[in-house]
Amino acid sequence: MSDLAVPRVLRRTHGLWIAQGAAILLLAVLAGVVIGETPLPLSTVAAVFANRVWDAGLIVDPIDVGIIWSYRLPRTLLAAACGAGLALSGVVLQALVRNALADPYLLGVSAGAGAGAVAVTILGVGGGLLGISGGAFVGATLAFGVVAALARAAGGGSAQLVLAGIAGSQLFNALTSFLIAKSANAEQARGIMFWLLGNLSGVRWPDVVLAAPVTPVGFLICLWFARAMDAFSFGVSSAASLGIAVRRVQIMLIGAVTLMTATMVSLVGSIGFVGLVIPHAMRFVVGPRHARLVPASALAGAVFLIVADIASRMLIPGQVVPIGVVTALVGAPGFALILVRNRRRP
Amino acid sequence: MRLEAKSLGWAAGSRRIVEDVSLEVAPGETLGLIGPNGSGKSTLLRLLAGLLTRRTGTVLLEGAPLTTLSRRDIAQKIAVVEQIAETSEALLVRDVVELGRTPWLSALAPFGAQDRAIVAQALEAVGMAQMAGHSWATLSGGERQRVQIARALAQRPRILILDEPTNHLDIHHQLSLLRLVANLPVTVVMALHDLNQAMGCDRLAVMDGGRMVACGPPDEVLSTARLASIFRVQATRLRDPADNATVFRFLCHEV
Ligand SMILES: Nc1ncnc2c1ncn2[C@@H]1O[C@H](COP(=O)(O)OP(=O)(O)O)[C@@H](O)[C@H]1O
Ligand SMILES: [Mg+2]
Repeated sequence: MSDLAVPRVLRRTHGLWIAQGAAILLLAVLAGVVIGETPLPLSTVAAVFANRVWDAGLIVDPIDVGIIWSYRLPRTLLAAACGAGLALSGVVLQALVRNALADPYLLGVSAGAGAGAVAVTILGVGGGLLGISGGAFVGATLAFGVVAALARAAGGGSAQLVLAGIAGSQLFNALTSFLIAKSANAEQARGIMFWLLGNLSGVRWPDVVLAAPVTPVGFLICLWFARAMDAFSFGVSSAASLGIAVRRVQIMLIGAVTLMTATMVSLVGSIGFVGLVIPHAMRFVVGPRHARLVPASALAGAVFLIVADIASRMLIPGQVVPIGVVTALVGAPGFALILVRNRRRP
Repeated sequence: MRLEAKSLGWAAGSRRIVEDVSLEVAPGETLGLIGPNGSGKSTLLRLLAGLLTRRTGTVLLEGAPLTTLSRRDIAQKIAVVEQIAETSEALLVRDVVELGRTPWLSALAPFGAQDRAIVAQALEAVGMAQMAGHSWATLSGGERQRVQIARALAQRPRILILDEPTNHLDIHHQLSLLRLVANLPVTVVMALHDLNQAMGCDRLAVMDGGRMVACGPPDEVLSTARLASIFRVQATRLRDPADNATVFRFLCHEV
């Protein structure tokens, strides 16, 4: 193999990878639309799409149209955006914080979102201007601000950020519990608990439109900084000595993570383990270099959450299991498996 | 490339770690930095590389203050090998050395055939070519040190800043590293522990309690009086009959 031939070969395999990734994602979305309590044949799905996209005028049962177009497709797309966003957030945080346990909820974002949502529903903060999602978004960003400020005041290291994140999460979780205990009735409390555990049931098109741009933008930012994230392998100081504008890269990447996580949590509640397990699993498959890890994690996250959503609809007939419960049920043993298989040689 | 420091200082809280250090390193020169533990060698090296914030004084690179240059510009000119390099990522040796190309790459200039050749050459230079596919985590301390030096070489710098580069190395690799560094057409600033090895530098700077207390040719700097006052050892100068070089023998009288 001559040296000159290598880049061309690489580029061809790039194209192949992208095509394969797109195909896998498409299949997963199709599965999300087809599988459910009422299984719908592919032909019906194709007809609904033809009608919607090209005005084909095919005759389809309006109930099937409703299930496919208004119910399953938006929630499947949001599941994909959400899974990819959470997995990307995990990749970024594990690279920047240099801690294997870093995940999107580490920065207190999820706890803040919960507190914000509760403040809106129970206390009526925002006077009806903020919906539950708006409240969650504000809470998430606020919590991250508190955590970042605390980490800075403590000296600004990655260990400080982890500790500040724990403190911030505890604070906002306590705030949530306090608000629920003080003012919620049993009905409200149950609703909030359900929402906090992650839930895609209420997802409609406006939610998808809101979330859809966030994940691709976050993905491109992560891909753009893939080499910079590699450079953080030996720490912040080493990254700086390799020519990385550390502060700027940190702000861009943490900004992208906060935006993605806050958006997802505010739309679907907190879905644990995706941000933690998917990047680790993908490291195992494609290695630690971010040029591969970023796209692989985004894809795996999207597919994983689509599958988890299908499972959450199918596990108990007639009832939806919170998707956060499904991801944790699969994620925790998955994580244990990765830990054991990856164990350091003594 | 010329590197200059003007009354450089750095404090941790109220404690001054490095104070008022001025020095000038000529293009192509090898400057050795010696001094007891905790005398501020590592801190001074990090200051010279522009890696510490809240510093006082200035560092000039070819006459331009470091603060006016971007991190990328600096990294194309200065490569640093720190005393400790640790990662939890499952990187291969080759991955680590490829990191050295970071300042030369961008989204529009991706890693190419030339970068691959530079990485291979750097691995060859430190004798790690046959271990390119090994996992970093499984390397010994000395092998890791050599890989980090290969990474620095792959950066194709004009100035190399090395913090105790011969630590962990066996005697063969210590000497071969020093020869490699001496033969490179770059400016070198390195902290050294072995005073006999320090004799091979063009000039030596001596740190003590955060201050630079001497700077000059090794023969002048390493006087027995200075060795007694700063390193607290009694030194005897010997001559190696083979090449008439000066060698030290040290005795410690304290308990
Ligand atoms: N970030 C820091 N905060 C507090 N003290 C520091 C810091 N960095 C270095 N020091 C102290 O400064 C002194 C000099 O350290 P260093 O430059 O590593 O010395 P050397 O490399 O000569 O052994 C040591 O006493 C060390 O404890
Ligand atoms: Mg030191």
